[in-house]
Parts: sequence; structure tokens; C-alpha cells
Amino acid sequence: MLKTQVLIIGGGATGTGLARDLALRGVQCIVVEQGDINSGASGANHGLLHSGGRYVFTDSDVAAECRVEAELLKQMAPQCIESTDGLFVAVEGDDEKYAADFPKYCSACDIPVKAIEPREARELEPALSSKIIAAYMVQDATIDPFMLSLQNIFQAGQHGTTLLRHHKVTEFHKRNRQIISAGLVNMVSGENTIVEADQVVNAAGAWSGEIAALAGAHIKIAYSKGTLLVTHSRITSRVINRLRKPDDGDILVPGGTVSILGTTSVRIDSLDQIFPTVREADRVVTEGAAMIPELESMRYIRAYAGVRPLIRSGTGNGDRDASRGFILLDHLSDGLKNFTTISGGKLTTYRYMAEKTADLVCNRLGVTRPCLTRTNPLPPAAPCSWTEPGIAPRRWMKKHAPGDLLLCECEMVSTSAVDNVIASLKDQGGNADLTSVALRTRVGKGACQGAFCGFRVSAHMYNTGQLQTDKGIHDLKKFFRERWKGLRPVLWDGQLIQTELTEALHCGFLGLEIEQENQSDIP
Amino acid sequence: MTSLDNNGLTSDLTIIGTGMAGMAGAIFAANRKIKTLLIGNTGAGNFASGMFDLLGVYPLETRQMRIDPWAGIDALISENPKHPYARIKARSLMAAIDELLAYLKNAGLDYCIDGKLNSTVITPAGTTRLSYAIPASMINGAKALKDKKACLLVDFHGMKEYSALQIVSVLQKKWPALKAASVTFPGYENVSEVFTESMARALEVPETGKALAMTIKPLLGNAKSVGMPAIFGLYKTRHIFKELEMAIGVPLFEIPTMPPSVPGLRLMETVKSDLPARGITTFFQNRVTAAEQTADGKFLLTFTAATGAQKIKTKAIILATGRFLGKGLYADRHNIREALFDLSVVQPDARDQWHQKDFLDPRGHRINTAGVEIDADFRPLDSSGQIAFPNLFAVGTILAHQDWMRMKCGSGLSIASAYAAVNAFLKNSKKSCF
Repeated sequence: MLKTQVLIIGGGATGTGLARDLALRGVQCIVVEQGDINSGASGANHGLLHSGGRYVFTDSDVAAECRVEAELLKQMAPQCIESTDGLFVAVEGDDEKYAADFPKYCSACDIPVKAIEPREARELEPALSSKIIAAYMVQDATIDPFMLSLQNIFQAGQHGTTLLRHHKVTEFHKRNRQIISAGLVNMVSGENTIVEADQVVNAAGAWSGEIAALAGAHIKIAYSKGTLLVTHSRITSRVINRLRKPDDGDILVPGGTVSILGTTSVRIDSLDQIFPTVREADRVVTEGAAMIPELESMRYIRAYAGVRPLIRSGTGNGDRDASRGFILLDHLSDGLKNFTTISGGKLTTYRYMAEKTADLVCNRLGVTRPCLTRTNPLPPAAPCSWTEPGIAPRRWMKKHAPGDLLLCECEMVSTSAVDNVIASLKDQGGNADLTSVALRTRVGKGACQGAFCGFRVSAHMYNTGQLQTDKGIHDLKKFFRERWKGLRPVLWDGQLIQTELTEALHCGFLGLEIEQENQSDIP
Repeated sequence: MTSLDNNGLTSDLTIIGTGMAGMAGAIFAANRKIKTLLIGNTGAGNFASGMFDLLGVYPLETRQMRIDPWAGIDALISENPKHPYARIKARSLMAAIDELLAYLKNAGLDYCIDGKLNSTVITPAGTTRLSYAIPASMINGAKALKDKKACLLVDFHGMKEYSALQIVSVLQKKWPALKAASVTFPGYENVSEVFTESMARALEVPETGKALAMTIKPLLGNAKSVGMPAIFGLYKTRHIFKELEMAIGVPLFEIPTMPPSVPGLRLMETVKSDLPARGITTFFQNRVTAAEQTADGKFLLTFTAATGAQKIKTKAIILATGRFLGKGLYADRHNIREALFDLSVVQPDARDQWHQKDFLDPRGHRINTAGVEIDADFRPLDSSGQIAFPNLFAVGTILAHQDWMRMKCGSGLSIASAYAAVNAFLKNSKKSCF
């Protein structure tokens, strides 16, 4: 039995941000996450820090919120952010009036914007199509969502927050309109745990409807799936937005050494359907190529999909028009006094969402200390800084101990980086496996998608005693199955060749597709 | 010998591709004294395990491991009459393997077959796999795995994709008497990262082997055999293995490794250096970039050499260019094409059907059975089912209706089809078809 002041359900940007906010106010928390950090939409987005420009037509409140928060985050978490700037471009055939109205709408939200000549835009970004008819510069930036959430939970941990990864909430126990405790199951071991909490916050993203239902509350939620593609190399130095009504394939965001192309908006009925499809990948490529022709012939490393939870307040037309603002529900009308749901919103506004939620929770707890995340910078923590593309090579080139071998050559992840992450996972009271190491480093994220480094990390973990018996084989299978979801939609040309090698090695040679039980039949 | 006239090179038979199928084809052609040119981009050796699989798993759906590959092949061809194995009799397949192994023995490489059955070999992951003809340097490993007696597995400091401890841990339950040790490879005391190929080259020097034996001997304990990553030389393996085994004093064996794979390189190096002496003209590290049929029904091939573009005029071609990694097949976002002749490729209707949703789906991915369809003489068929060219043969993994990775039939497929194609070439040229 565990006891805490606040039980936070969900280890995404909001949940980890809330944990840090509350921890800095001296409130003790347990964060429970069914997968790992950012395993939902927080880890499956563009990594875009919005200037706000994207929402000026549809939601001026959200646009203004983005502007304010982006400016603040650039001060508070600069290590997670690259101030790339962004371009909004319209191409031949796009609505010229819509494009011409853009600066007016930006100004209405106080969003800095500068019109530039299409020729000038192409000088800045040579990959842009020659069919550009209008271009505007805004202050878009990029943010590493993994580094952000890992650092948030790391500092929260230093202030006494407990993180329970791979734990799922199975039930709530209530008495007199209060949730007394929550029942959890460990998804790895199957063990059950009870957590007693004064307050419960539902920050489960797409799963918040399920969590609310467990508490006896009802949320009207719809799921909109977005698919994104990762290119083999970085195509532009700035964020490129298509200046038209939001549609598929209208944004390209740089992320370290790669670019990320997105996105689709597909309504799904079930959360079992969160994987990218061939059709969506094709759609995004074709649309994106109108802005940037080389996207048509580019090699893609992988695709991924996230789910936007759309909490419907009744009206509204399509999912694209649904508000990207957040919703904070106190559930009093559901007859619950200590249950809160925070949902929707943007990665850009995660801090603000966490602040507002913490305010409500603190009010309920009688805690009066103010929010500190506006003024106290997020400390960069070493074990949480291996997710940024390009950081591992820079450190390794600068200095490395003799014998500190590179386990991943595509992304230059060293043995010491892997050991650093493993030690940190253990400090947090969790166990380390290949998938959790991969999430916290660039392992498996390069062109080979883990064909070599996955195996090497596994061998290294056996050598250092982190793995015993045949657990490493199961881990490898899990790791490749997970990578596969993202690979399948982009398998043609170069990436198909790469994948054929992966299958030849791991199935043809090592026989991972054959169950170990079958193998034990061999005399 | 292939001759050079004013217009370039000429040959009776040109084999394009220097992987397993191309190499086997060149060996069979050499034994039959066919005027042959072998050309391709090497590199396949790095990825070849050095073992010759015939059939390990069938049916795929039930993941049935086949100790007897011949019974497996019977079942396979009766249920999948389009599988390339259905085009060759078991008798011929046995003859092809015998001929290949005899050739390799003569060239200095020894292989072993356990009766007519598959052997079980340990992989560097600690899993086990079935293979038919395995390098003699691996046979003691198969025996040790069967007996489960005390055995020591050794690895070397600085190897990144080989952990003796991993293999021991994974096999622990089945084989409690298996132990691991990690040592520094002699002469590499100050080297942080070590590679299989460089250790294999170092062992070509006798002193290294002696020092290695001295390092391992004190660790033996009650071990009745010793296993190491496959590094027992590239050229003098027979000798290196014998000397090392004598010095250590217990049966010794190699465990195949991830790429670069020394047994694969060893095989390719052996064949590469032996073929020219057998009258085969070889061009390694050369890629054929274009092929056209001339008015007299022959082929004119273009390849780029250091001296510029070169031409080959040839009466017949064996296409052994492999699949995507070998660049025999090419896929864009919509279609799969054959790279050199734009031959008809049977394939699923759309990219959405190329791959299963689960990487490890036991049925295998449908794209892996896409490829070139052939007649009884291994000649590619066009989309209407007619022979594309009377003097063009296709062999190896480019062939349709097989999944060599899942069925573990890659080498057998390559050897069998190369054997059949070379014999078909002879038969047709005697009838002076070309």
C-alpha cells in the first residue's frame, strides 16, 4: 500500500509537468504511467513549439496562449528548444485571400509576423517549391518532448515524487463522493498495488475517458489520429507550414538531424488502432511534396502516430476545427470531490495546463504556495539529455574514456550514455530494459532502426548483469515489434533494403520469429 | 577463358551476381569447363553465416522445425508446387551439394553434414538454429549442444555484438554446464574495440594462435569443449583450427557471428581466389549497369570499371543479383521491379500488402515471396507466362514463391537453382539453341 497527496495518472508532458509543478510547491505525488514516459501523444507529435501562427484563423485564444507560453519556455527550458523560426508558405492553387489575411490575424493575437518575397523564402530554404506564391516568417521553434518530460519528472523525483512506470489503474475505491484509493496492476509482473491519495488527477491523454469512467465520471471524448513521418536527413532549417486551411501533410518540422513531416487527422474508434498506415504515409508524402518537392523522393526512416483526445463540448464541425485549447474538469457535477481531469491542449502550453491544474489541486488540498515553473528554470539533468539528435556524437567526439565504445554508430550512442540511463532508471526505482533505454537515448532511432545497436545494447546489458536467462531475447522481440509499427508504412527503396537486412539477421539468422519453446524441442 | 576483342569482352556464359548463387553457379560452370565470366559487387560474404541451410522451418504457420530437411522439402513442394525447390529433384539437389562441398574441400574449406539431417547450431543471441552443411569448425558446437556436457564459451574484450555471457544466460535452463569467460585477444591489450575480421587475420600468424591457447587453457576447468566467436582465420582455417585445438587440448568450435561474418568472408575469399585458376574470368566490385539483347540474340552488358565503361558480349546470362539488398530487385512507393532487364515480377497488388502488421508474424511477409517466375529450366517468364529470353536464367533469392529468411532455405535455393541453370545452359547449348 502506497500513500500520497496527489496521484497523477499519465506520464506524458502534462502529467510530468504537473508533477514538477506540485513538487516545487512541496506537494507529494505519485505518477502512474501504463507505458513509459511520453508513450502517448506527448511522444508522438512534431516537437513543435508553436509561435501561435497556426491557430490564428481557427482559435485566437489558443494562438495567443501559444505565443505567451513559447516565449516563456524559451527562457525556462532552453536546453530542450531550438529557436529555428518558421515560415508559412502558400503554393499555386492555394487560397490567395486566406494567405493574404494571415498577417492581419497574427497581429490580432500579437504574434510577430513578417512578409517576405517568395524568392527570398527560397533563398532561406532552398528545398521550397518554386511554386510558392506567398511567404511569412514567424517565431516557430522546436522542442524535444522526451527531454522535456524526462527532465520534468527527474526534478520532481528529486523533490520526492515517485514514478511508477508500466503500471495501469484498474479501479478506484470511493467513499462519500471521495476517491480513497486506486488499484494498480504492474503491466510487467502482474502484481497489484493500492495507492491511497487525497487528490487524483487524470492526465491520461487519449485514455482519460477510460480513467474517468473508472471513477464513475463521464467524458465525451473522440479520438483523432495523426500520422507523422521522419525523414532520413534534415531538409530545412526552419519549420515550414503550409498557409492554407489545416489539412494533411502541411507541416515540416526540423528535429536535430532529421525532419518530421505531418500530419493526418483520422477519426478512430479504438485506442488499439494507434499505428500509422501505408495509406496515411502516402497521403502525407504526396501533400508535403507540394511545398517541398524532394519529399516525394526522400528516404523516410519511420512513421509514427499519436492520438489527439478531442473532448467535445457539443458543437464544432470537423476534428481539424475542434479546439486545441485544453479542458480542466473538476468533476463536481459527477459527484466527485477530489478527482480532476486535464486534457487536450498543446505541447507548447503544457506548462500552463500544469499550472492551472496544480492551482485547482492545491486549492482543494489547502496548499497556498504559488507556482514556481514561471520563474524557476527547468534544470538540465544529465541522464535525461540523450534524446536529442546530435548530442551524443558531440559529447563523444569532445571527450570519451578509452574503452567507451559506441553501441550505436548511426547516432553515436556510447556505452557510458547507455550505462548513465540505466543507472538513472534504477535510481528512480524502476527496471531497465532495451525499450526503456531506447526511449531515453537515440538507440534504434537511426537509419538501421536498431538492427545493430539493439543487439549490441542487449549484449552489453547481459555483460553488465542487467539481463539474465532469456529475458534479453524477449526484449529484442518487443523492441523490433515496436520499431516495426513505424517502419511498415515507409518500406520502399532505401528503408526497404535496410529492413530486409534486419529481417535476414534477426529472423533468417537468429530466428527471433521462432518461439523459444519450439527451439527447446531440438535435441 | 573469356576473350577480349576490339569490342570488349566475350563469353559463353556470364553470371551476374557474386553472392551464394553466383558463386555456386561459377563453381558448377568451372567444373563443366564452360567459358564463363562472373561479375558482381562483392559484399555478400559479410552477411553470410557460412552455413548452408537447406530447409529449417516448414510449415511457417506452425513454425515446425525440420531436423530432416528432405522430409520438409517433400512436404513443401507437394503443398507449394511453385516453390523453386519443386523445379529440381531431391537427387539433383544432393548431387549439387556434394559437388559444391567437394570443390570447397579441394580449395581448402571443410564442411560437415550430420548424416542426411540438419545440425543444430548456437547463434550469437543464444538462440539455436538448424542448418544442413556447416563449416567443420562448427561441428563440435553442434555435438556439445546435443551432449550438454561441461563447456566453456569465450568472448573477447571490446567485441560489441557478441557476449559469451548472453549465450550462456539464454541457454542456462537447457544447458546448466555451460560457462562463460571473457578474455583479451592476444596483441589487443591496448585496443578498445575489436573486430572479428581483424582477429581472424591475426590468427593467420601462428604465434597469435599459440598465445590465444595459452590465454584460454588456464580457464578450462572441467570444460570438455570450448566455443569461440567465428574467427579461426580467413585462409588457413583447416590448419589454424587443428593447431589451436591441439594446443588447448579439448574439442573446439566456432559460433557464427553478426556481420562482418568471418565464415561468410572465408567462403567468398576461398572461391574468389580459386575460380580464376579454374578458368573463370572474374570481376569483383563491378556492377553491371545495363543489359541489351543484340540482333543475333546474344546479350551486350555494360559495367563500369576503373578504366571506364566496359562491354561484355555473352551468349547467355545467369542472373544471380539477389533481392533488394543485393539490388536485383528495386521497390518504389508503388511497385517492385527487376533492376536489370525489367523482368516481370510477381508481387502483391499494393504496398499495403507487402508486409504483415507484426514483424515476427509466423506467416512471413508477402513481399518476400515476390520475385521472378521461371520455367523448368530456370528461365524467367514474362507477364503472359512465356519465356522472356531463351538464353537468360535466374537463380537464387530473386526467385518468386519462396521466403528464404523464414524457411531457412537460402543456400539450398541458391545452390539448387545455380546447379539447374548451369545444366540447363549446357543442355540448350548442346542443342545449339543459342
